[in-house]
Amino acid sequence: MSVSESTEALVKLTNVGKTYKKGKEPVAVLSRLNMTINRGDFLALMGPSGSGKTTLLNLLGGLDSPTEGELSIAGQRIDQLSSGQLTRWRASHVGFIFQFYNLMPVLTAERNVELPLLLTNLSKKQRQQHVAAALELVGLSERAKHYPSELSGGQEQRVAIARAIVSDPELLLCDEPTGDLDRTTADEILKLLQELNRTQRKTIVMVTHDPRAAEHAKQTLHLDKGALITDDSVAAVQVAGV
Amino acid sequence: MKYIYFVWKNLGRKKIRTVLTILSIMIAFLLFGLLRTMGSAFEMGAELAGEDRLISIHKISLIQPLPISHIAKIAGVNGVEDVTHASWFGGYYQDPKNQFAQFAIEGDKYFSIYDDLVTLPDEQLQAWLKNRIGAVVGRATATRFGWKVGDRIPLISSIYPQENGDRTWEFVVEGIYDVKDEHADSSAFLFHYDYFDEAKSFGKGTVGWAIVKVEEPEQSARIAADIDALFANSFAETKTSSEKDFAASFAKQFADIGLITTYILSAVFFTMLLVAGNTMAQAVRERIPELAILKTIGFSDFAVLNMVLAESLLISIIGGALGLAAAWLVAGAMASQVAAFMPGFAMDVSVILLGAILILSLGFLTGILPALQGMRLTIVNALGRR
Repeated sequence: MSVSESTEALVKLTNVGKTYKKGKEPVAVLSRLNMTINRGDFLALMGPSGSGKTTLLNLLGGLDSPTEGELSIAGQRIDQLSSGQLTRWRASHVGFIFQFYNLMPVLTAERNVELPLLLTNLSKKQRQQHVAAALELVGLSERAKHYPSELSGGQEQRVAIARAIVSDPELLLCDEPTGDLDRTTADEILKLLQELNRTQRKTIVMVTHDPRAAEHAKQTLHLDKGALITDDSVAAVQVAGV
Repeated sequence: MKYIYFVWKNLGRKKIRTVLTILSIMIAFLLFGLLRTMGSAFEMGAELAGEDRLISIHKISLIQPLPISHIAKIAGVNGVEDVTHASWFGGYYQDPKNQFAQFAIEGDKYFSIYDDLVTLPDEQLQAWLKNRIGAVVGRATATRFGWKVGDRIPLISSIYPQENGDRTWEFVVEGIYDVKDEHADSSAFLFHYDYFDEAKSFGKGTVGWAIVKVEEPEQSARIAADIDALFANSFAETKTSSEKDFAASFAKQFADIGLITTYILSAVFFTMLLVAGNTMAQAVRERIPELAILKTIGFSDFAVLNMVLAESLLISIIGGALGLAAAWLVAGAMASQVAAFMPGFAMDVSVILLGAILILSLGFLTGILPALQGMRLTIVNALGRR
């Protein structure tokens, strides 16, 4: 299924499945999932615990590989990439935002944001320019020299967002980005994501348990037991075998 | 190099733990520097020994004297270029704790045979030759006691009283010799054998050992055998060996310092491996989610391995360099204090080079297992453990 009305596909899953082994028993977390995410989408993924949301996010981010099916992002079959190739691919194509921010506590905000740029050939001056631009975009320029311990939760998440966008990836993957924030701060972060989606044309996939957070997305998908369900719950998208 | 700032900042994560680990490594390398320097000082006699010199001692032991008549006979052995002798005096200055080596030697021959190690201004040599109770003192001992040329120095011999029963021998400093190698002995007190032999109350006409200079070092083994054969079955048989072997066996009379220091240092470094290894393992365990994040944003397995290894190496390098620097300072400060019984006590560049190898090895060995752990971790599992 297509989750967007726009036509330019960025992510395409064809019969994607993921099975883990628990002891000797195989456990299917996702089975024969078909979906397309177009460029510029802002997609919320919802569902109960164990429904496969994070697993799907991991597959989209190249953190894990499907055990079956095809997964293409920006025209590239990432299910066929080796671990090393995936690492390089992630560095330039995906930005990650986590629930607990996952900043390096020993680095200042600007140094945290600079981390992905260390993997590029940019000069120090160029890196500093990119970092300054990213921090300005998230409204944290004046906190550049502060350590994470000196920032509020919302500010930490803004730094994490700046880190995610500093290398200008097409796809932003957010795992419960507001799960650790109060409502007001959460709204600010969600508005920032909306702005990035609207002004920077970032394609965003956000896993959340919070229906109010999902309201900020353009589309909401529900996963249940590895099955994909449309956001209005009218028609369950058939995931074969589930 | 782009990661070095991050590696450096990681060291400050647990400041007390890092400081304590660096201090442990520093102490280990301070010990290493001093013990190796001590071991080298003991072995330095053998290192500096001339290839063209042989030492003949009494076959029974070094403390048994040789008749002085042996010297002339040795001079006649084919291949001997020159021969002289020296005798142990066994004295001290003012207080028994003021020990240093004193030798009764023969005229200027001693200086000509040891001209590769010792240097003495000619006017001082001439002045000494003219003064029967004159003495030539090594720079280290002169500095230690503040002696200068012209000073009258009474030494008390633990072995040799004079004929009048007096154990105090008076000397006049006529020269101060320097050494051409910083590790050579500059602590000896040298005086005329003639004065010593005439005045001592017993053992007249004997010397401690013979110092033989050979024409061709390749002939040393044959010449040594010839000398010993010359005195075979006499009342004073000799045992002749190269100066190197003599110095080595002399050093081992005290103890096998090299072996002892090796044992001590092995224990120290094994302990350090455990201490620093545990620190690194703990540091990586605490940081697994962060390492997973680094991998998530695109750092390769190899980059993570390098960063952990670099951290371990950095700790080792800081601690080790501080330790070696401290050892160098302490050795320098101790040199004059221990010159009497450990001449040539100076930290050699070879100790620093060996230390550098050990520093890198320690850093690598303590870091490699945690680094491999960091390299092998899978992102999904590591983030799931958070």
